Amino acid sequence: MVNRYPLWKNLLILAVTLYGFIYATPNFFPDQPAIQISRERSGELVTDGVVTQLGTALDAAGIGHQAAERLDNGSVMIRLQQRDQQLPAKAVIDQSLGEGHVVALNLAPTTPQWLLAIGAKAMKLGLDLSGGVHFLMEVDTQAAIKQRQEIYVAELRQRLREEKLRYRQLEPQVDGRLRLHFNTAEERTKAAEWVRGQYREFAVTEGGEGERLFLDLRLTEAKVKEIADYAMEQNLTTLRNRVNELGVAEPLVQRQGSNRIVVELPGVQDTAQAKRTLGKTANLEFRLEARDPAKGEQFAFRDERLGEARLERDVVTTGDSVSNAQSSYDENGRPQVNIDLDSRGGKRMLDATRENVGRRLGVLFIEQKVRMVERERDGQRVREPVRVNERKIISLATIQSPLGNSFRVTGLDSPQEAAELALLLRAGALAAPMVFVEERTVGPSLGQENIRLGTRSALIGIGLVMLFMVLVYKLFGLIANVALMVNLALLVAVMSLISATLTLPGIAGIVLAMGMAVDANVLIFGRIREELKNGMSPQAAISAGFDRAFLTILDSNLTTLIATFILYLIGTGPVKGFAITLSIGIIVSMFTAVTGSRALINLIYGGRKVKKLLI
Amino acid sequence: MADEKIIDFMGWRKPVGGFSIVLMVVAVLAIALRGFNLGLDFSGGSLIELHFSQPADPQQVRDTLHGAGLDAVVQHFGSQNELLVRLHREFKAGLGEEVVQLLDPQRSGSVTLTRAEFVGSQVGDELLQKGLLALFVALIAVLLYVAWRFPWKFAVGAVLALFHDVVVTLGAFALFQWEFDLTVLAAVLAIIGYSLNDSIVVGDRIRECFRKIRKESSYRVINISITQTLDRTIFTSLTVILAVLALFFLGGDAIHGFSKALLIGVGFGTYSSVYVASSLLLLLRISREDFLVQVKEAAKDDGRP
Repeated sequence: MVNRYPLWKNLLILAVTLYGFIYATPNFFPDQPAIQISRERSGELVTDGVVTQLGTALDAAGIGHQAAERLDNGSVMIRLQQRDQQLPAKAVIDQSLGEGHVVALNLAPTTPQWLLAIGAKAMKLGLDLSGGVHFLMEVDTQAAIKQRQEIYVAELRQRLREEKLRYRQLEPQVDGRLRLHFNTAEERTKAAEWVRGQYREFAVTEGGEGERLFLDLRLTEAKVKEIADYAMEQNLTTLRNRVNELGVAEPLVQRQGSNRIVVELPGVQDTAQAKRTLGKTANLEFRLEARDPAKGEQFAFRDERLGEARLERDVVTTGDSVSNAQSSYDENGRPQVNIDLDSRGGKRMLDATRENVGRRLGVLFIEQKVRMVERERDGQRVREPVRVNERKIISLATIQSPLGNSFRVTGLDSPQEAAELALLLRAGALAAPMVFVEERTVGPSLGQENIRLGTRSALIGIGLVMLFMVLVYKLFGLIANVALMVNLALLVAVMSLISATLTLPGIAGIVLAMGMAVDANVLIFGRIREELKNGMSPQAAISAGFDRAFLTILDSNLTTLIATFILYLIGTGPVKGFAITLSIGIIVSMFTAVTGSRALINLIYGGRKVKKLLI
Repeated sequence: MADEKIIDFMGWRKPVGGFSIVLMVVAVLAIALRGFNLGLDFSGGSLIELHFSQPADPQQVRDTLHGAGLDAVVQHFGSQNELLVRLHREFKAGLGEEVVQLLDPQRSGSVTLTRAEFVGSQVGDELLQKGLLALFVALIAVLLYVAWRFPWKFAVGAVLALFHDVVVTLGAFALFQWEFDLTVLAAVLAIIGYSLNDSIVVGDRIRECFRKIRKESSYRVINISITQTLDRTIFTSLTVILAVLALFFLGGDAIHGFSKALLIGVGFGTYSSVYVASSLLLLLRISREDFLVQVKEAAKDDGRP
């Protein structure tokens, strides 16, 4: 049987095609602008009264909206008719809502339920299409390492004294090494042995001669990396918390390389506000519990069930001194939190706690918050945002013995509580400093414009390619065009499934991929024409054309794939999007242009006598 | 194989080769002497795009900004109402808001921020280094692939053709001082993939013809191969060029540089895959013997009735 595909092969191609079209469809349902309202404390419901009140307020302001929908987590979503009404709507809602609510801009999918149910979703739009801000921040991990080294210096001094190991001087070097000076070789040998046993994280080398003997302690590369990674994690956590506070739909906070963090906030226009929020710092204060109930300051616990407590006005030390906080388990398997302080903080802690064993030590978590406050202005009462420092107690524990550089908080109820406390301590501790090294703002109008231009040029570009194919190859050109449509659907489906982000260069990549995809068909059809010219029968020419062109197609596509792969490795943001699009397009085209168009040609010409091909 | 249908491409190889050499020299000189007009992605600095409700006067905006101590380059962008403000010296982030404040102190809404970008110079430097490294690695990687799939003479030809396309494209950007940004680099990398694609199709046919046609000279075998693949070379380039033309004219400013680079690269890629790669094969005295190692495999493939 010439030029017939077995049934299973045709069915398989049909199945893949259907799959492509189904999973590509969500992209035709653009997201709808929406406002999401939730309670500040998770788990609480937004009341029906509030929902009705918001509806009335939006109506009064003339903002078109749909009926509110209740989401699974108890929050409420109101869909709006126009994108540019999101900000005014948020302002209206902020005005009419009471304390304790979080209002966030969101995008609500309009994809039909059955599509969502089978996991079909639309591609995300990159910032150049959606509008928004992009920040690149650099974390000064060197500062974190330096800080850790200071702690080691303090700790070594203390422990060497306790171990009665004699040394002349401990001197940090410019390059980060710690140098211990000794008077005798015997002292040095003893100390070296002890350090090697106790501190695996140091590489110990001996040096000097005569009277000037020393040991150099250098942090191993693994340890340096660990410290840097810890600083990065800490900054990432803090940034994620702050980004959530901004109430942005689909924000991105991602580590990039060894010491950078990318933050992308689609839809945000007020860069200044975003930067203030991202750049702000939380802090900690360690204070003793007030001895005299009439004095001191009253603070609420962060966990409202615990009520309030009075702390002294004197601050023992602050978050700047905290170098590490981690939850773990004590000897009896009960949860605890280990806290490390730097030398200055450790000393102050020791001074404060030596005489106060048996009293309780409180930890305050200080956060800058924006509160809506009613004010009199120009004779009118207006609600205005005001920045306030909020201080809440996160821990109040009895001091069992004098505390130094390193101590622990025990008596916690659950591992979750320990983890939460450690997280808060880390969030309030001085993280390695961050600087903004890149910032890009794309206005919403530019985003809209880019979508319009991108779609139009893509449609016209692909249209021109298709027209060309029909003019040159007639029926075969039409077949190639069908294969191209399937190619496009599959490309969009794959990109949607892997949650790729669509950018303007990504659209360009799609157009380029389509232009290049027909190359395979051009090669095959060229071959078929040639074989016909050489006197082959139509059926044999089809078969020979496909077979002979295949290796060439493979070779030529592989080189492009190599180049795009390298582009993917080095590219960032939009360029990575371009590389992904182009490479998926090429891979898919090998299937559609070769197998797909062959199946169609087989269906039309296969298994019967053919005098002439419409090519 | 009818004689009259074979075009004597190789007969033109000397004048065309001369043209290519002149082109390369001009391109290399342009890159060496003029350098690139590096875009914000690579140079670092700040770029602010503003929309004015009234047609804007760049000189006035420049003066206002100079008055505030900002050394800015201001030009129209697209229409009379759009201005592009560039500050190539590195500035702090958040400049966009500041500039709008300066130009519209009352915040009447006559000036709105369309786009603001700030890139630290270190980030730009790193990206440039990574970009150049990527170009280099991509060239080596495809060279290795071609050397594995084809005789070495062929690999040399194909990669030189590739090098030719990349240098000419880069040269055009240097000569005309078009802005060279990240998307242009992406286009150049796509050209690396595409140009080789073309050379390989021609090369595949040359290999096939050398195995099939035994009595002809190398000169004629190459001419035959190029003639046979000419349709395909032109058609494929045309489809890609049609698609890229749509991007060039309708895609907007953001991908203008990208499509410009692709147009040049694809255009010269077509030319170079016909001339550069194959002329080099003649220069390197390619002959049937170069393909002998694979003769056995070819004999098996060639089982036509």
